[in-house]
Amino acid sequence: MPSASPSIDWFPLWLSLRVAALATLIVLTFGTALAYLLSHKTFRFKEGLDSLITLPLVLPPTVLGYYLLVLLSRNSSLGHIYESVFGQPLVFTWQAAVVAAILHSAPIYIKGARTVLESVDYRFEWVAHSLGASEWHTFIRITLPLAWRGLSSLASLCFARSLGDFGITMMVAGNIPGRTQTLSVAIFDAVESGNGHIARILVLIMSVTALILLWTASYLSRPTSRASHNG
Amino acid sequence: MSTTNTAAPIKIDARLIKRLPAVGDSKAFELNIHLKSDAPVTVLWGASGAGKTLALNCLGGFSTPNEGRILINDELFFDGTTGVDLLPRYRRCGYMFQDHALFPHMTVRENLKFAAAAARNNSRLDKHRRMNDLLEAFELNDLASRKPAQLSGGEKQRAALARMLVGDPHLLLLDEPTRGLDARLRQAFYAVLRTTRERSQAPIVLVTHDLEECMQLAEYVCLMEDGRFVQSGPRDQVFARPANLEVARALGIYNLLPAKVSALDPSRDTCTLDVAGSPVQGRYLKGRLIGDQGYLCVRQTEARILPNVGRRAQNEILLGVTGTSPSSQGIKVLLEHNAAATVSEAEYEHLRGEDVLKLEIPASAVYFIEK
Repeated sequence: MPSASPSIDWFPLWLSLRVAALATLIVLTFGTALAYLLSHKTFRFKEGLDSLITLPLVLPPTVLGYYLLVLLSRNSSLGHIYESVFGQPLVFTWQAAVVAAILHSAPIYIKGARTVLESVDYRFEWVAHSLGASEWHTFIRITLPLAWRGLSSLASLCFARSLGDFGITMMVAGNIPGRTQTLSVAIFDAVESGNGHIARILVLIMSVTALILLWTASYLSRPTSRASHNG
Repeated sequence: MSTTNTAAPIKIDARLIKRLPAVGDSKAFELNIHLKSDAPVTVLWGASGAGKTLALNCLGGFSTPNEGRILINDELFFDGTTGVDLLPRYRRCGYMFQDHALFPHMTVRENLKFAAAAARNNSRLDKHRRMNDLLEAFELNDLASRKPAQLSGGEKQRAALARMLVGDPHLLLLDEPTRGLDARLRQAFYAVLRTTRERSQAPIVLVTHDLEECMQLAEYVCLMEDGRFVQSGPRDQVFARPANLEVARALGIYNLLPAKVSALDPSRDTCTLDVAGSPVQGRYLKGRLIGDQGYLCVRQTEARILPNVGRRAQNEILLGVTGTSPSSQGIKVLLEHNAAATVSEAEYEHLRGEDVLKLEIPASAVYFIEK
């Protein structure tokens, strides 16, 4: 007979936090670079690239998961490369959950970051260039500090979204307790197996965390009197 | 200067053609100019939409011309035929915007430090010395630790100019630096611009739509309209001799009276124009013929109005009064043919109530524009 309140396994929570943190870190690096390209450069198929980046927002997780499986499976070339570098396959590991979280959160971050970077007054960048600063120097010292609020608000959104992925994670990382079972998957598992108590607690944790992250995001992006422009 | 034998090098020689396609409501635009000036201060004057800022952006490297060539102090910035296009950061142009664009997240000192770090010349020590020098020269020492938001308009101007000079630029580009400033701040700006010129040999190209500013600062003037120079030359020459009726009308500082050449005497270096039935004598007009129709063009400030009493002397024209309007310099008396002259309030007391006034035109100011 199952006990009324089985002890909660905290592994999914830690895994989720680890996955979300890593995913956010990766999205911040590559996503910001992509957003910079989209906001500051002109090249062919720019809007095509933008649409491609937005695509994961509208496709169902099963479709995305399927693509990832095809792309990263042990038989694919990418999967092969990964396996030869890290010595283990990618799919159905917690690292695959990171890839899933990235796919889930990157579109929102990149779209937002593009807007944020575009809204930085170009004249500050022009002045920096005319003073002799390189593009990288200008980005680090001028663009980034001026876009900092917007980007960090987006980063906390990105973290929240990484935390919340379910569908893609299920497809590529699966539901292996103690190995790939993230928080949202654990909730699904608890409900499936009738552990209402565990499900309630995990749902509560998830909701509160998400709420705190959203509040942080809106706090960071609130308009301030003298934050953006001089004069 | 020891190099009196050789001609002074032309500091700015820029031939620019830039085509902008029609977008939405705005029509297609073509900038097509040849800016050639060795004056310390060159002013591009024109109404908004004339292409002044575009020209400046081409010089600074922020807009790529479709064709042309930019030579600054014998250094090639851009050449359409060979594909040379120096990046803005290698051009060493100081660029200043209307609202100064001081980096809002840095203090004044940090703004200058950024410029010093970015500058591609001199040793670290030199740059440090130069920075402190400029903080001193532009009276910024007490403000060095303030952020731009804590500065007044005049302080921002000084900080922006000082920042611009840290890297010892070869060319200074100023885009409507006094737009939206009150008269006091304008004068303050002209004063710090003098400091700037003492500190830097770099020629200045300044864009403005303000005629007063153009008169005050320019040594060389380019009048722009619809992407072209309608006239360019040394300031005094341009303002004394507008190239055609359109230029004169656009400048809006002239009395333009319909006139006909009635006599020409090359041996005595005189001409006589028939203006509203009165003879007006001036210097001989080269290349004109008796009977040529056109306009007598004289600066409003050079023509004097007098009450219509006593005998009419030479070069006095009778014109009907059409009205008056108060102006910042006194009373502007409006006359026939859209002529006008400004007098002080005291002077106006002698003219009040007159229907017809005498307009006196000095012979030296007589300038004839063909129709």
